[in-house]
Formats: sequence, structure tokens, C-alpha cells
Amino acid sequence: MKRLLPFLCAAVMSTTAAQAQDTVKIGMLQGFTGPTESLVKPMALGGEMAIQEVSDSGIFLGGKKVVSVRGDSTCVDAAAATAAANRLITSEGVNGIVGATCSGATTAVLNNVARPNGMVMISPSATSPALSTIEDDGLFFRTAPSDARQGQIIGEILVAKGIKTAALTYTNNDYGKGLADSIQSAFEGKGGKITAVAAHEDGKADYSAEVATLAAAGGDILIVAGYLDQGGKGMIQAALDTGAFDRFVLPDGMVGEALTDNFGASLDGSIGTNPGTDSPGAAQLAKLAEGKGFKGDDPYVPEAYDASAILLLAMQAANSTDPAKYKGMIEKVANAPGEKIYPGELAKALKILADGGDIDYVGGTALELIAPGESAGSFRETTVEGGKWKTVAYH
Amino acid sequence: MDIANAFALLSNFVLVPAIAYGAQLALGALGVTIIFGILRFANFAHGEMMSFGAMAAILATWGLQAAGIGIDPLPTALLALPVGILAAVAMALLTDRFVFRFYRRKRSNPIVFAIVSVGVMFVMAGLIRIIIGPDDQSFADGARFLFTVRDFREATGLEQGIGVKQTQLITVVVALVVVAALFWFLQKTRWGKAMRAYSDDEDLALLSGINPEKIVMIAWVISAALAAIAGTLYGLDKTYKPFIFLQILLPIFAATILGGIGQPVGAVLGGFIVAFSEVTVTYAFKRFLAYLGPDGWAPEGLVQLLSTDYKFAVSFVILVAVLLVRPTGIIRGKVI
Repeated sequence: MKRLLPFLCAAVMSTTAAQAQDTVKIGMLQGFTGPTESLVKPMALGGEMAIQEVSDSGIFLGGKKVVSVRGDSTCVDAAAATAAANRLITSEGVNGIVGATCSGATTAVLNNVARPNGMVMISPSATSPALSTIEDDGLFFRTAPSDARQGQIIGEILVAKGIKTAALTYTNNDYGKGLADSIQSAFEGKGGKITAVAAHEDGKADYSAEVATLAAAGGDILIVAGYLDQGGKGMIQAALDTGAFDRFVLPDGMVGEALTDNFGASLDGSIGTNPGTDSPGAAQLAKLAEGKGFKGDDPYVPEAYDASAILLLAMQAANSTDPAKYKGMIEKVANAPGEKIYPGELAKALKILADGGDIDYVGGTALELIAPGESAGSFRETTVEGGKWKTVAYH
Repeated sequence: MDIANAFALLSNFVLVPAIAYGAQLALGALGVTIIFGILRFANFAHGEMMSFGAMAAILATWGLQAAGIGIDPLPTALLALPVGILAAVAMALLTDRFVFRFYRRKRSNPIVFAIVSVGVMFVMAGLIRIIIGPDDQSFADGARFLFTVRDFREATGLEQGIGVKQTQLITVVVALVVVAALFWFLQKTRWGKAMRAYSDDEDLALLSGINPEKIVMIAWVISAALAAIAGTLYGLDKTYKPFIFLQILLPIFAATILGGIGQPVGAVLGGFIVAFSEVTVTYAFKRFLAYLGPDGWAPEGLVQLLSTDYKFAVSFVILVAVLLVRPTGIIRGKVI
């Protein structure tokens, strides 16, 4: 090893030296090891596909090349994530970071590295509601919606349908609790009333006691933030059997054919929400990724592609790779007005921006950035009619 | 004041579910108590025996459904129940032959038997998961409701309705028939009397020429049959999932001890008391009181003694309280 070391060093030095000044580096800071390692492989490839596309266009900032530099943020080790981000900024000299993967690592990198160095970071997959309120100096963005977003959407749908009171039950874990909290605060913030909140444990035979509690409190509709093959199903069964509720609000964990197959038309009038988009971007991205060793519709792959894309498009719009200059352009390229840009059309977007035009980046996720710099998220509203899910609208 | 609505509400959410649940617990507790009466140990494998019998009944139900044989509007599972009973009985006799008899011959302590039964429980639980898997299985068919809440409301014009599921009625009827048959057997038949004699005083029974191996065999047959019936009815009424039969063991033991260990009448009584305690303690009486109170008035809170999360804690409390205050149970039974 000792004899190899100088060679290795030399090899590394020569590769870095070979890159000329007109190369822009993007840090791909993802959880390559740890709990997210299987998710991250296609995500990183998706993000790098956008980078490659921009680099190959030949019109990025007057013909500069773009390369991706990977760093391992892990998922659970904040110290490792901080060290990796430090390396990317100080020794690699990246001009922007796509990452990190998990909410915890993202928070650590943002506080310890990105803000002190004034570096822009765009996470494709950190969904914690806490990141919506974090101090970020306008440097942090994310292309995945906050977990709180679905709660807001459900609140809006309920108010729009004129539903005034609702009972709420959630599966007793972090997902259920977080979703229930966000539904409750959104609905009550809009003037609705949650009559009772009861947790339910998954894997029980009988949920009549939980339903009895909710029935005692009453409500026009029962919101079931659970899983369709677990306690959520049991809650609906017990509610229907006792006649306590006959309409339900079913968030993403409850939307599935298995539920309507089981209950059929007795669910009629129930409302479902789950992530979904009618934008053609997702299909285009899947096609683009064909033959590149990963799938374009894997979880968070469209988000990763979009994160890289808007980072580079913002640089083009600001005509600078200085984070302080381009950070203000990110929301501008992502949102209307302007020409709609789908995956695979980055060269066109770069050209429009170079000519001083406006673009509205749609990408693989129908991206729409809302304050404070996070994806609005695209949700599909469905209703059950004649025992079948029917799409009503996209939010 | 609106007594009719208050009664309907209470029936729908407390009385009907508690009676069905009580019948299921009573059948389970009877099985435990009979094994205790004859073999003098707490059979922890009883929950899995219920599961095993129900599993066999489910497999038979599926077979019958595939063959198109049914007794609509009654659930096909009733037709398949004998298969479940036979399977459970065979299982019980096999475990007795290969496991429990060994310890009986060695005259081991009751505590050794109880621990052995825990081992049997785990083996049986594993076997069940290998055969049918750990998931939810649905096998109920036929008419779901005797009458629904909506039917009741329309018929009576009341605001609140009572819904009775067909499976709830079947549970209660089957439990009544089985318990009556069991008491008849214990009181009137030769072997029933022999069992009671053996339970009362083993040595005296042996002196009168009662064959102990035969008594033990009958006890296992009855206990396993009760287990299969209880498990199938529970699965039919609620849902069949192997994991829940570990949870249901606690209320069954509470019912057995509360009623008096080794006392069949006590087991039935205990089953219903535990079921009613679990349901009423965790029920929110807000609406019920609102109907009974003056018009337009409703209690502020939910008027709920315990959150539903603590449903199983009720059995624990009953268990501890009985052991502290009256270890013999309601009807003077054996003391562990």
C-alpha cells in the first residue's frame, strides 16, 4: 500500500489538474452508503443524466462543460455528511450541491457547511416538514414536497367540499402521526373542526372500540391516515359495520385497488389523495433513461433529475456560477411565466435563457416551487364511485 | 331525554359487540379451564390451538368455495368447522402423545407443564405461519348483516341504529349450543361424571377404576374442539390473522382466573365480564349521555375512562385484581 500511495496521489492530482478552468463542478452529495443506498444509485444516475445533458449541449455559459463530483452524505451519520460536503466545497470547488438524501443529513450539511460557505444546495428527497422553517439564507431548495403538503391539500379539498367536521384516526407511527398533525392543523386553520383524534395500532383483529370513540365525537367524514392492508382497513370495516361513518378521506397509504376490491360500493363518496401528476414529464424521463442502467420512474429519480436541471438552468439564467448570484434565479426558472421545459429539453431551455427569454421548468415531477423554495408536490384527488377509484383533479 | 336513541346507541357500540366478544372469550376460557381441571396446568398453547383449528377450517372453506359448495346465506365456514375441529383434535392428541405424556409419566410439576406448553405454543405458531402465512385471511362469505344500522333506522325512525352482523348472531348461537352440550356431557354422562371426579380428587377417582389416560384424552378432545370453534368464530366475526391469537390469550386467561380455575360455569361468566369490561371501559359515553341529558346539552369531553390503546390493559388489571383480592375466582376454583 505504501508503495502504491504516491501513484494514487499522482493519479488523483493528474485527473483534477486535467480539468480546465472552463469546467463547472456539481456536487452529487447523496447517501451512497447506509439505509438509502439502494434508492440512491438510480437517483444519482438521474441527477447526472441532467448534468450530462447540459454539458453536451455546448451552450451552457458559453460552452462550458459540467461534471458531477460524488460525495457520500450517508443517511444517518451527520458528521460523515458534513465532512463529505466540506470536501466537495473546499477541495473540489463545486459550484452547487445536489443533495443531501435524508432530512437529517440535509439539515446538518445546510447548517454546518452550506450556509457558512454560501453554497446552494437542492435536495431531491428530504421531505421533513422541519426543513420548511429552517434558516437557510435562501440557499436551500428541494424538489420533493414536504410531508406536510398532503395535509394542506386534504384540508383544502375538505373545505372546498363544504365539509365542516371530521374525525381523524392515524396509524401509530411517525408517518401517521406527522400526516395526522398536518391534516389537523391545515383543516382547522381553514375553519374546519376535527372532532376527535384516535390512533390505531396495526395488526389487530378488531377496531370497533376505536371506531366507537370516534363515533361518539361525531363528524361528517372519517379521515383514515393509515395503511390499506393493515389497521386502516380494519377501521373502515368497523366504521361501516357499526354505521358510524360511511364516507372516508383516504391519504396515500390508503389509496389502492385492494381497498375498493374489498369494500366495493360501500366506499362511494370517499375521497382519496396520493402523489401523482398528469404531466407527460414523468413518462418522458422514463424514456430518456432507457438503456442507461437505471429506471427513470424509480422513487426520487425524477426529483434528482429536476434538482440538477434547475441548478444548472439557474446558473445559465444568472450567467454565473456564483451561488450568491444564481440562488435568486432558481425559483424563476422553475416557475411560470415562460416556455414549458420537459425532460430532454434542457438544451432548448439553455438557449432560451441565453437569449434572455423566460422558461417554466416542468421536468419529471411537474415541478412548481413554493415558498420557502420547495416543491409544491403534485397530488391526485380521487373519489370512489361505484366501487372504483376515479380521478377528479390534480393539485 | 331520549332513552330509545340512547339505548340504540349503547346496543350498537357496546352490548352487541361485547356479547359476541364475550361468547368468543367464554369458548376459549372453557378450553383452558377444562385442561386445567384435568391436567392441572395453564395451557399457553391454547391460543395457537384456536389458530390451528381456525386455519384448518379456513383451508376447508376455501376448498368448499372452490368446489362451489355453500350454505348461503350462512357462511361456508360453518360447513368447514368439523374439519377444523378434527384437525385441532388430532393436533392436541399428537402433542399430548409426544410431549405432554412424557412429563405426565415423570410426574412433573405443573409449572414444568406450563413452560412446556409455551414451547408447544411456539412450535405450533411456527407451523401455522409455514402453512398459511402470517397475513390476514378473509374467508367470510354469505350475508354479512342480519340487519344493518340503516335498516334499523328506517324501520324504527330513530336517529341511532343497531346493526347486527350475521357472524355475531352465529357466534352467540353456536356458543350457546356448545356450552349447553358441554354441561350436559359433564353432568349427565358417565364419562362426564368421571371427568369431574378425576378433577375433584385424582387418587379417589383412580381407586374407583377410572382410566386416567382415557380421561386425559377426552379432556384434550373437548379442549381442542372448543378451541377450533372459538378460533373459527373469532376469525369469522373479526378477521383471521395468526398474530392476534397470541394477544387473545391474555383476556382468555383473565376470564378463566376470574371465573374460577377449573370451573366451566366460571369460565363462561368470566368471558362475558372481561368482554364487557374491555368494551365499556374504553367506550366514549359522550353521545349516550347527550341523549339522556337535557335537550341540546352534550358533555364537553368524550367521557371515556381509558383510551382504546389500553384495551388490553383492562384484562391485566382484572387478572391482577382477582389474584390479589379473590384468588379462587368468582366461583370457588383451584388456586394456581
